[in-house]
Amino acid sequence: MSGAEKIVVKVTDVVAVNELVTRFRFKRTDGGLLPTFSGGAHTVVEMQDGDITRLNPYSLMSDPMDQNAYTISVRRDDEGRGGSRFMHSKVKIGDEMTISYPVNLFSLDLRAKKHLFIAGGIGITPFLAQIKQLERFNGHWELHYACRSLALGSYVDELQAHHSNETHVYFDDQKQTIDLVKLLEGQPLGTHVYVCGPKGMIGWVRATAQAEGWPLEAIHYEEFLAPQPGKPFEVKLAISNKVVQVSEDESLLEALERAGVDAPYLCRGGACGQCETNVIDYSGTFIHRDHWLDEAELSSGKKIMPCVSRFEGKTLVLDR
Amino acid sequence: MTLQFNDETFRDDYSFRNSDRAIKRFPFPFHEDSYMYSVNMEQHRGGPKDSIYEMRFDVDEHYISEMRDRAMVLADDPLRCQSLPHMTLAGWDLLELIMVSKSEDYPDLFELHRDGDTWRWVNKPLGIDDTFTFLDEATLPYGPMEYITRQTQGDFAVLDQRDDNLWMDAGMITTQADWSLDFDIGMNFFEWHAPVPLAHEKGIFIRALKFLLNIQQGAPARRLNWTMTVNPLLDTSPENYHKWGIQKTSVTPENIGAKQHLRVELQTFFRLPRSNALVFPIRCYLCSFQDLMTAPKWGRRLHRVIRDLPEELATYKGFIDNRPMMLDYLAEFDDGQATSAGIWPDLETEPALKK
Repeated sequence: MSGAEKIVVKVTDVVAVNELVTRFRFKRTDGGLLPTFSGGAHTVVEMQDGDITRLNPYSLMSDPMDQNAYTISVRRDDEGRGGSRFMHSKVKIGDEMTISYPVNLFSLDLRAKKHLFIAGGIGITPFLAQIKQLERFNGHWELHYACRSLALGSYVDELQAHHSNETHVYFDDQKQTIDLVKLLEGQPLGTHVYVCGPKGMIGWVRATAQAEGWPLEAIHYEEFLAPQPGKPFEVKLAISNKVVQVSEDESLLEALERAGVDAPYLCRGGACGQCETNVIDYSGTFIHRDHWLDEAELSSGKKIMPCVSRFEGKTLVLDR
Repeated sequence: MTLQFNDETFRDDYSFRNSDRAIKRFPFPFHEDSYMYSVNMEQHRGGPKDSIYEMRFDVDEHYISEMRDRAMVLADDPLRCQSLPHMTLAGWDLLELIMVSKSEDYPDLFELHRDGDTWRWVNKPLGIDDTFTFLDEATLPYGPMEYITRQTQGDFAVLDQRDDNLWMDAGMITTQADWSLDFDIGMNFFEWHAPVPLAHEKGIFIRALKFLLNIQQGAPARRLNWTMTVNPLLDTSPENYHKWGIQKTSVTPENIGAKQHLRVELQTFFRLPRSNALVFPIRCYLCSFQDLMTAPKWGRRLHRVIRDLPEELATYKGFIDNRPMMLDYLAEFDDGQATSAGIWPDLETEPALKK
């Protein structure tokens, strides 16, 4: 079986946080306790959207110690393939859904003397759980959170109300920006920096911290990529002896699953490496979008991450 | 289930014994007539009834005596139990995992009563009834990892996960096959495995690490590993090599059946939820050659495996000098008949020895 263990849950709360973000609360259908987790963990939510099964990862934002319910926040992506739109428009209180056990690819480094969090937009969610975890153990943390505007600043109010000393918010529409070099230079020895947000922000923080001489082990990031639509293509599967058409709006991984091929996966966002697949033959161009393969592997033509990457061309033969 | 606990020793007079039940459920580690390293992992979700795979943490007839032996090792050498400061949360994770598992799997032996953070733990075999505050170390007589592993058979390596690697940052190691926590503490997966021959060349450790990093909550894994030990010693540590190493020369053709033990480790792997660390319990089972020979299949197979094992492995596992004597003994139990696949003794179906 692929993916993490599953839990059947009931939606107990659907709250519009602002124009773009909606929060969902899940409890176990059988009334039992949910597993505890570590701050930074995500769950993969299964959505039955007509004939299509969508599986999207969302960071858990609730208190990791709270075994009664999990909460996630979903930002509506009107350009995406429909997972977030499904969550926003179809999911109602009382619905039964299946989610995965928590999986953490963005764990706190518990050796850190201080945790410096840098969030952009919906990237705030894993930090909400990490903050709750650190508060329980009197951990030392500081948050720098960039949002488009006050109206779109999810959870700004509660962060400022409960953690006014640790929380620093920057609004784009007020031309406020994080002075990153100054911020990094001012940190005590033993600080770890964590960034979650848009691709540009992650790249900026990683590059700046490295240029400032931060050790790579002290720079942590998480970016879940949603699979992007693209041109349809055909894939031949050597082991299962099948030919599968990948349509415009589905990922290669989803197409494999639709064809009944049990392909391994975990995060479905290009980060965990679990779905790494060997390419046996190809004639065309890869559209690699993952964070997993290194430069040499990306250019080798021998590997693809089917959760987020696509292909354009005549022939693609995979070792599945 | 009523379990009779043995009163026995793993040192000095070596009164350790396996009952018939313990022999039948011994985790014989060879599923075929030869052995080479592999990433032989499978899911750890139960197994045949009364087998060592059935429960998450197997409790057997040696429980009380093994815990007594552990206490003696720790009294002599407190560094067998260490936990770096960032691993305390993982220690609580482990305490929770073991208390919940044992109280659910052995309700007649262990009880856990939770009222918020106030927990009461009853361990009937060891006569313990403690009430403490979960996540408050001051309310336990030891740190959480030490507290619970003084009450649980097997060694425990608690591995921090970061930078795509695993780090030996905490552990309770008193029944080990010649490796030292005090030496390995703080090392990463490749560093602590550096002494193992052949496996690096085969890329075993790269694949094993990838597998372990991906072990998820609710989906533990397991494998068996093995070596050889003369006399039923739990503590075959490098720290005490001067005490037990010499015993390897005490084996004679007359006493080898009783003295020579196959030492098998049931290694399991659990993701710890609150800390995202990985715990690696290493449970040691010992069985004398003469007890193993009561299963004809095991007699045939053990002879073939030991005979054909590469020299590097026999050296690494520390029995190269005694191998000829072992083979003389074991050859008597190998009549050349075929063996069935798998590790189980198949006592009902395997033919008796024809010699």
